[in-house]
Amino acid sequence: MKELLVVEDLDVRIGGSHILQGVSFAVPASGVTALLGRNGAGKTTTLRAVLGLVPRTGSVRFAGTELTGLRTHRIVRQRIGYAPEDRGVFAGLTVAANLRLAERDRRPLYDLVYELFPELRTRAAQRAGTLSGGQQQMLALARALLNDNRMLLVDEPTKGLAPRVVTEVAAVLQRAAATVPTLLVEQNLAVVRRLTDRVVVLDQGRVVHTGSLPSSPDRLRTLLGVGA
Amino acid sequence: MSTLVLLTLTGLGLGALYFLVASGLSLIFGLADVLNFAHGLFLAVGAYGTWWTGRHLPYPAAVGCGVAAGAVLAVLVELTMIRPLYGRPMRQVLVTVGLAAAGIALLSAVWGTDPVPVAKPRWAAGTTHLLGATVPNDRFLLIGAALAVLAALLLFLRRSRYGLVVRAGVEDRSMVTALGIDVRIAFTLVFAIGGAAAALAGGLAATYFGSITPGLGGTMLLFAFIVVVIGGMGSVIGSALAAALVGLVQQFANYYAAAGVGEASAVLLLAVVLLVRPGGLAGRPA
Repeated sequence: MKELLVVEDLDVRIGGSHILQGVSFAVPASGVTALLGRNGAGKTTTLRAVLGLVPRTGSVRFAGTELTGLRTHRIVRQRIGYAPEDRGVFAGLTVAANLRLAERDRRPLYDLVYELFPELRTRAAQRAGTLSGGQQQMLALARALLNDNRMLLVDEPTKGLAPRVVTEVAAVLQRAAATVPTLLVEQNLAVVRRLTDRVVVLDQGRVVHTGSLPSSPDRLRTLLGVGA
Repeated sequence: MSTLVLLTLTGLGLGALYFLVASGLSLIFGLADVLNFAHGLFLAVGAYGTWWTGRHLPYPAAVGCGVAAGAVLAVLVELTMIRPLYGRPMRQVLVTVGLAAAGIALLSAVWGTDPVPVAKPRWAAGTTHLLGATVPNDRFLLIGAALAVLAALLLFLRRSRYGLVVRAGVEDRSMVTALGIDVRIAFTLVFAIGGAAAALAGGLAATYFGSITPGLGGTMLLFAFIVVVIGGMGSVIGSALAAALVGLVQQFANYYAAAGVGEASAVLLLAVVLLVRPGGLAGRPA
């Protein structure tokens, strides 16, 4: 399968910590690739390093373009959508302003966004900081889906959400991934299983497994340090 | 009654000057995390620019020249000295403190350290009778200018695309960048706006005080920092409220207590606000 994102020998040091130690993996040009690992394995840092939000060395090629020499806004303008772990909504701005800020394309995909998240239309004038966790997550995903992106980076979209909202978010991701390749950081294995069988597992800043989601629960527990 | 009116309008006039300096300072700190000790230099350049061009041009044009000089200087400072130092606050402090000192030395070398008298325009030199008080017109000029700048800033922040970027950047500039926006343009823009507002304060301060010195910006900057902290970092409305409060407290304390108590009262007010509302009066940006 054709590779869209190729990460090679990615190293990140923050303060005195060596967070990523020669991480290499590739993301194909379709479907969902899940980035798994226990807490502190370096999953979020990997996404942030791809976007240049943390200082890094190594190589990150996207559709043949080397990204490591580019500043973050130029990387994103390669048509990469990003929904961060903490949702990154601007609490003091309204829902509409949050979406307007995310507009990059001449014709933002508001029809799609409001079809997926009708609640955002009715709450357009509400301050994002007053939304529930689930609504903030929808807003974060909506911002990522507002433009015609070639890839999505989505970091722990179901973290801290009620089971009903987790199901909704998973459905949205499934639909989005049908057209846009997605690199997904996710701790919820049920969600991962629903979306993909293709995983990259990190442990202590290194890739320890690439390929299919291991079927053996014991193997999964060993890799992830969580209940499978 | 007439004393109250005069003290109130004088306090608001002084607060207007503080607001003009503090609004830019607050936006620059809120968005770019830069504690700009050179901000007083923009004010001094505005004051000297207004005075110098005022010898040849009508007052409004002279103030415009001073404002333009302050804005251009602020942009140059941001592009050449601050931009390479984003994320390195200690070096920013050293550079801006050094720049302020060098700027004052340069102004002193060119125009001397003695106060330079500045003639008031005829209307500003006059007075208006209001509620039994005889109020110097320059108070109205200061208050009017500050209100106009406040309105323009709010319009910019709430209605324009870059205003939206600035408001979002004050909250989380890393996320703004992650949306594909070059936040550095917003940095340069807030420096330009801050420099222009401070330079306007300089031009108006020259009219208000009747003379200028190279160190004028340093004195005003001290109160502007107090206003920024009381108002809340990154909040223009907070800065406006805090500036009015500090100006009024200062005037009333100086009149009813003793000369000099007003300055101490401003510091006391700062301490009280920090204890009661550590985030400042506004508590949130813009």
